[in-house]
Amino acid sequence: MRTVDLNEAAVRDLNQALHDQSDECTERDWQVLNPKGAHNLACGLDQNLSVEIQGHAGYFCAGMNKKATVTIEGNVGQGVAENMMSGVVRVKGNASQAAGATAHGGLLVIEGDAGARCGISLKGADIVVKGNVGHMSCFMAQAGSLVVCGDAGDALGDSLYEVHIYVKGEVKSLGADCVKKEMRPEHLEELTELLNRAGIDEDPAAFTRYGSARQLYNFKVDNAAAY
Amino acid sequence: MTEEKYLNAGLRESATFDRTAMAEIRRAAQSGIYDIRGFGAKRRLPHFDDLLFLGASMSRYPLEGYRETCNTSVTLGTRYAKNPITIDIPVTIAGMSFGALSANAKEALGRGASAVGTTTTTGDGGMTPEERGQSTKLVYQYLPSRYGMNPDDLRKADAIEVVLGQGAKPGGGGMLLGQKITDRVAEMRTLPKGIDQRSACRHPDWTGPDDLAIKILELREITDWKVPIYIKVGATRTYYDVKLAVKAGADVIVVDGMQGGTAATQDVFIEHVGIPTLAAIPQAVQALQEMGMHREVQLIVSGGIRNGADVAKCMALGADAVAIGTAALIALGCNHPKYAEEFKKIGSAPGFYDDYQEGKDPAGISTQNPELAARLDPVEGGHHLANYLRVLTLEAQTLARACGKSDLRNLEPEDLVALTVESAAMARVPLAGTQWVPGQSF
Ligand SMILES: Cc1cc2nc3c(=O)[nH]c(=O)nc-3n(C[C@H](O)[C@H](O)[C@H](O)COP(=O)(O)O)c2cc1C
Repeated sequence: MRTVDLNEAAVRDLNQALHDQSDECTERDWQVLNPKGAHNLACGLDQNLSVEIQGHAGYFCAGMNKKATVTIEGNVGQGVAENMMSGVVRVKGNASQAAGATAHGGLLVIEGDAGARCGISLKGADIVVKGNVGHMSCFMAQAGSLVVCGDAGDALGDSLYEVHIYVKGEVKSLGADCVKKEMRPEHLEELTELLNRAGIDEDPAAFTRYGSARQLYNFKVDNAAAY
Repeated sequence: MTEEKYLNAGLRESATFDRTAMAEIRRAAQSGIYDIRGFGAKRRLPHFDDLLFLGASMSRYPLEGYRETCNTSVTLGTRYAKNPITIDIPVTIAGMSFGALSANAKEALGRGASAVGTTTTTGDGGMTPEERGQSTKLVYQYLPSRYGMNPDDLRKADAIEVVLGQGAKPGGGGMLLGQKITDRVAEMRTLPKGIDQRSACRHPDWTGPDDLAIKILELREITDWKVPIYIKVGATRTYYDVKLAVKAGADVIVVDGMQGGTAATQDVFIEHVGIPTLAAIPQAVQALQEMGMHREVQLIVSGGIRNGADVAKCMALGADAVAIGTAALIALGCNHPKYAEEFKKIGSAPGFYDDYQEGKDPAGISTQNPELAARLDPVEGGHHLANYLRVLTLEAQTLARACGKSDLRNLEPEDLVALTVESAAMARVPLAGTQWVPGQSF
């Protein structure tokens, strides 16, 4: 295990050391001490590394992650795991806005709550939130899935495309073109697998599925009020 | 009756309700939806034609054409990037998406730009291998939609352009209508085939200049501070936008005036939002100068650039380089008269065609239809574009030498005068034959 103490090293040194592992991997297990909410920690990784951040992280933590497993033992700022391609990012605390924004692949687990716009423009990644999510979550989300074990805020799934949304608790309101959908066996199977991968013990049957009514896919005058 | 006879017979057309206005009212009444089209603003605007150069005379010394050198190369991204980009000519190819344009057109742009040592730019739709392969220097756009965005392509790019807006639609998102969404385009954008794609107008994971500063640091971290980071804005409150972009950490700022082209935008947006390119440049330069950043943070200007005079005028007003979109497409054959018959079939005509969003371009440029796209030979297209870029450069050099300048960037506002009061006020140069700069002196 290699330890980088951000009381001594700069974020640049940490990220460069982690990026150097893409060419030749000499150390798989990393620990980051004293992150103190610094931005852009462990972003742009491209190797099977395990990185544990011992504290709170700022914006864009694990941004554009590929392959690596990044665990944050605290809260994270805006855009955690934004545009992730693969790997796993796990937040032990809460996440601010735009968690997992535009992520194409991999798994993001938030053990606390997530703020507004969780999974905005999601493009294929899976997000599992143990707590609640804020308003406009999955706004314009294209693919992938969002699982919310708590409640969802206003305008869930506004203008969504083909993303799969599962919510156990209350949904304050649904956004444009987002509707409640039937939970078929394949969805229960998908949800069970997501919960298992996230290591969260919940009954899949207690969730409701939401998805796109596909009414806004092609511009129609009759829908003018929704635009 | 011919038009002349109408007039002689005393018939009078309204200047307010002219034929264009009437046709639009009829179109709206029929369809119930606003007009979406490509191209840039078509209305007349104060533009570079309203400026003239003062050549050398007794008080200035010209340089000998062909013999005395006039440098055209510019290095972009000197502020923070480990690997700034040097372009041999100060004309770059603006970002135009694969999706809006065919793969052949993108390849032709790459070939033409590379042949003369300049950059080309991806667009709202990701990076194609054809484009990367044929572009020796490629700028990768980072847009609100993040279609096709991935760290591998990011690291393959020679520069990153964070797009906040476009001159054709400052404050608006993108649009790609279902007709143009083929399997390949759909896959690159992770969306179902055949749907109308709306790209967001705001970035999904940051808002405002303070967030943008952190976003830029993230992009630098991911690319290990190697490549320059540009910020592109549509021209509106340019003075403030440029200051904020500098503060946010840009290496290069791209300002796109309201004449700038687009692939698909509401006509009302294209014609009624933003400020002319001419008005934007002095605002941008003033902002950079006040921050002590003129030439430290390079300024690229676009929107309506057609010839070497336009290039030279942009540079005289303080730009470090320009970018072209529409003109590059025309060099490839967009709107070519040889397709007159085919334009007629789709209700258009050479010189008028702007329905890029429909994907039926007879010239095979703004289309995803394989048969149409095959009409554009990327090698030949690249050759034409390279020729055109060489002409732009030679023309700009001719004008610079006439003003006694051994480097295009030595051109200065003092070399210019304006033909109209409006252009004098916007460009902040005197009305020809006077000392008068409206707004600055009386
Ligand atoms: C067909 C087409 C597609 C475009 N696509 C994009 C795009 O994806 N991203 C972007 O920032 N600008 C886009 N633009 C705008 C250009 O980058 C550029 O700002 C503009 O074309 C410059 O003005 P000009 O066309 O008068 O040269 C597009 C323009 C055209 C004509």
